[in-house]
Amino acid sequence: MTERIIFYILAFIMIVLSLMSVTTTKIVRAAIYLLGVLMGTAGLFFLFNLNFLGAIQLTVYAGGIMVLIVIAILLTHNVGFGLPMPDRRHMLLGWFAAAVGITVAFLEFTRHIFVIGTENLDDRVAKIGADMLHYGEGGFVLPFEVISILLLTGIIAAIVIAKGGIPHKRPTPPSSKQS
Amino acid sequence: MDSGIQISDILIVTAIMFFIGVYGFVTRKNLIAVMMALELIINAAAINFIMINKLVFKTNLHGVFFGLFIIAVAAVEVAIGLVIILNLYRLRDSIDPEEITTLKH
Amino acid sequence: MNWSYTIWIPLLPLLSFVINGLFYGRMPKKMSGWLGTSALGISTLLSWVTAWKYFFNTPHQGPYEDITAWHTTWMHLTDRFTIDLGIYLDPISIMMLIVVTTVSFLVHLYSIGYMATEEGRNRYFAWLGLFSFSMLGLVLAPNLIQTYMFWELVGVSSFLLIGYYYDKPSAVKAALKAFIVTRFADGFFLIGILLYSYYSGSFLFEDINNIPAILESNGSLPVFMGLSALTWGLLLIFIGGAGKSAMFPLHIWLPDAMEGPTPVSALIHAATMVVAGVYLVARLFPAFHASDHGFALQIVAIVGTFSSLFAAIIAMTQMDIKRVLAFSTMSQIGYMMTGLGVSGIGEEGLGYTASMFHLFTHAAFKALLFLGAGALIHAVHSNSLKDMGSLRKYMPISHITFLIACLAISGIPPFAGFFSKDLILEAAFEKNKLIYAVGWITAGLTAFYMFRIYFMAFWGEDKVYAHKPHDPGITMTLPLIVLAIASALAGWLPFNEWVTSNHETLHTHFNIGSAAASVAIGLVGIIIAYILYKNPSMTPQKMSNRLGVVYQTVKNKFYVDEFYEGVTQQVILKRIATPIAWFDRHIVDGTMNLIGNTTVRISSIIKGIQSGDFQVYAFGILIAVIGLLVWLNYFIQ
Repeated sequence: MTERIIFYILAFIMIVLSLMSVTTTKIVRAAIYLLGVLMGTAGLFFLFNLNFLGAIQLTVYAGGIMVLIVIAILLTHNVGFGLPMPDRRHMLLGWFAAAVGITVAFLEFTRHIFVIGTENLDDRVAKIGADMLHYGEGGFVLPFEVISILLLTGIIAAIVIAKGGIPHKRPTPPSSKQS
Repeated sequence: MDSGIQISDILIVTAIMFFIGVYGFVTRKNLIAVMMALELIINAAAINFIMINKLVFKTNLHGVFFGLFIIAVAAVEVAIGLVIILNLYRLRDSIDPEEITTLKH
Repeated sequence: MNWSYTIWIPLLPLLSFVINGLFYGRMPKKMSGWLGTSALGISTLLSWVTAWKYFFNTPHQGPYEDITAWHTTWMHLTDRFTIDLGIYLDPISIMMLIVVTTVSFLVHLYSIGYMATEEGRNRYFAWLGLFSFSMLGLVLAPNLIQTYMFWELVGVSSFLLIGYYYDKPSAVKAALKAFIVTRFADGFFLIGILLYSYYSGSFLFEDINNIPAILESNGSLPVFMGLSALTWGLLLIFIGGAGKSAMFPLHIWLPDAMEGPTPVSALIHAATMVVAGVYLVARLFPAFHASDHGFALQIVAIVGTFSSLFAAIIAMTQMDIKRVLAFSTMSQIGYMMTGLGVSGIGEEGLGYTASMFHLFTHAAFKALLFLGAGALIHAVHSNSLKDMGSLRKYMPISHITFLIACLAISGIPPFAGFFSKDLILEAAFEKNKLIYAVGWITAGLTAFYMFRIYFMAFWGEDKVYAHKPHDPGITMTLPLIVLAIASALAGWLPFNEWVTSNHETLHTHFNIGSAAASVAIGLVGIIIAYILYKNPSMTPQKMSNRLGVVYQTVKNKFYVDEFYEGVTQQVILKRIATPIAWFDRHIVDGTMNLIGNTTVRISSIIKGIQSGDFQVYAFGILIAVIGLLVWLNYFIQ
């Protein structure tokens, strides 16, 4: 029962913060509200005893990604810079679409009967680590490697793009000067 | 489950989060704010994977792994996305998505 | 006997047209003329061989047979309606074959010299080839549809050749005028063909000429204003023929057509194309004769007689040598129409034979006159008779040949025109005295105006010439000599054995009284012309002044052109074309504009979607996903 109450509180916080995150007119505040949502998500994971995932959520999302976003904001804005409000027509259309989507999802989730598994999930961190590097049935070693290469690629790409080092002009070949 | 929390409750919460993210994605007038809305969407999807694994399909850890991978891919996506936005800002001195209309050509 | 080689007679000029037309600027300068001339030379040779085989070398009892030398179905539209092409040989088509190929060959030859200095003569020879092909296809046609196709083709080649000097506005105008007037007539021709063939059930000449069979198979035909449908069809067809043959009141294009090069006038507007109308009536002669007791034929006779007198009167006042010849052509074609109009069939078919005979001799002497006029124009660099005089001293060959042609057209024995014209007058005398009288007077007028231009050009006072006039080169004098020989001797041909209404020999009797009368009136005309124009004098001027308004009216061609212009400007343009234009601009275009504007408006509304704004695109995707979700969940079982 306590867990349910905590869940509802967390859910309420997450929804309100995400709402504020997309509607606020201060970009730094939007980042802070997003941070709140991500931390709430970590809290949700902790609530369900998924400590490893919660930790990852905190470190990668709330730590790494938020820092990136804040740095990007600092590089592109004066802090306290006001975000322009979307015009009414866009806002109404957006809310309408979101409302329709939520209604459809709500109807669908309440209508559908989920078949709950009876066994206990083995979600120890040791099991997660073993499966991650396991190459047999239920092992994820290949996606793991793919993701690691993707991360590497992403880092290199970020450096290359951020440097902006693509030369605009080629140096003129010396032969053309001689002729 | 002993906690008494229904899977559908969680799914409804994430759906609301997802569509709030969508709303932000289509209405925000700032590319970084759009990225943040995108984070909301991705986060909602990741929660779904993990929670369905935890509460419904309990035989193995596939959902958890997908959640992990989503977090990793999101990290890359944000990194690259923000770098692109920075470059755009340098080139055009603006990060208003309404001015980035190269797609119409 | 094998006749299939005759297909090469029209095909060779076509070949000349294609080669000259395709390799327009890429062949040596002199080649085009010789190419066309040799193609026509071979065609001419083949035609003469065909004529010789047909008339002398084919064993036959009784009438000459009609031969279909070659036949194919070009388009099979329905079982009743097919478009066929073929080659049909009978006495008149072979006679026309001879006329067309020979004159065309001589004109080609003449043109080599006449057009020697022209820049675009490849184009000229290409069109000349096209014309020869079309005209041959026309005379060889076995059915009305082919006739009509080639009829239009000769029309268009005539248009092209009249407008040969396309940098001259008057030539362009004349070409358009000729095309539009003949097209106008051809519209009636087409309606006539369809009307007639609808009731006769066939396009083939052998079927449509067989009126009793048509009547038998149809029972009773619809009657409109006292005339049967067949007669109406024939009358409409005759309008087409009258347009092509420049009969009153559709003659207005022929004088203007003289803007074309002179050899063209000789070929198209004297010897071949303009007699197509006569040929058409002759082709359908049995039908004309049998339908409603020859009512349509009476119309032909009246129109022909009136045109011949009308044109002869105008010809007396014109100062442009080619225009005089043009009106003379019209007058002579009127004679041919008269001949057909007064004719019967069989033993009474004198008019038919006479008309065809006159067509034949007229082709010779009128082509000669035009080519001679061309030689004069070539020497003097002017069309006007005022710029000519005493040319006999400088141009002896042109002088002699021109004189022969004048004598021939005036009907002086023993030249060709005497025989054919006399036969027409004789046939008219037996049928209708009034027509005979008009024809007889016209004969005198003809002699007068021909010798008027003869004396004005070759005698009279000596004019000041920029260059000394001289006879043209051999390519131009040779056709003159050949045609002069033909004009002198063609009258002795036994046409009554060859070309008759029923293909049997017609027995004619030489009527000394009629001959004497026509020779006498011809001589009177010549003598008057001699008195007035032999020596330069003021008498003609005084006479025309005394006639005053009458002279002016005639000189202005009875104001027919002005009348037409008034009708088109005042009635057609103002009363008909303007409202139609209004309707077109406001109703038809309005509808189209409405559609266009609506499209523009809709597109301006929906073009916001294609903005390049990725958020709009994302919104579209979102809508689509939600829609898909709803559809999959609630509408798919």
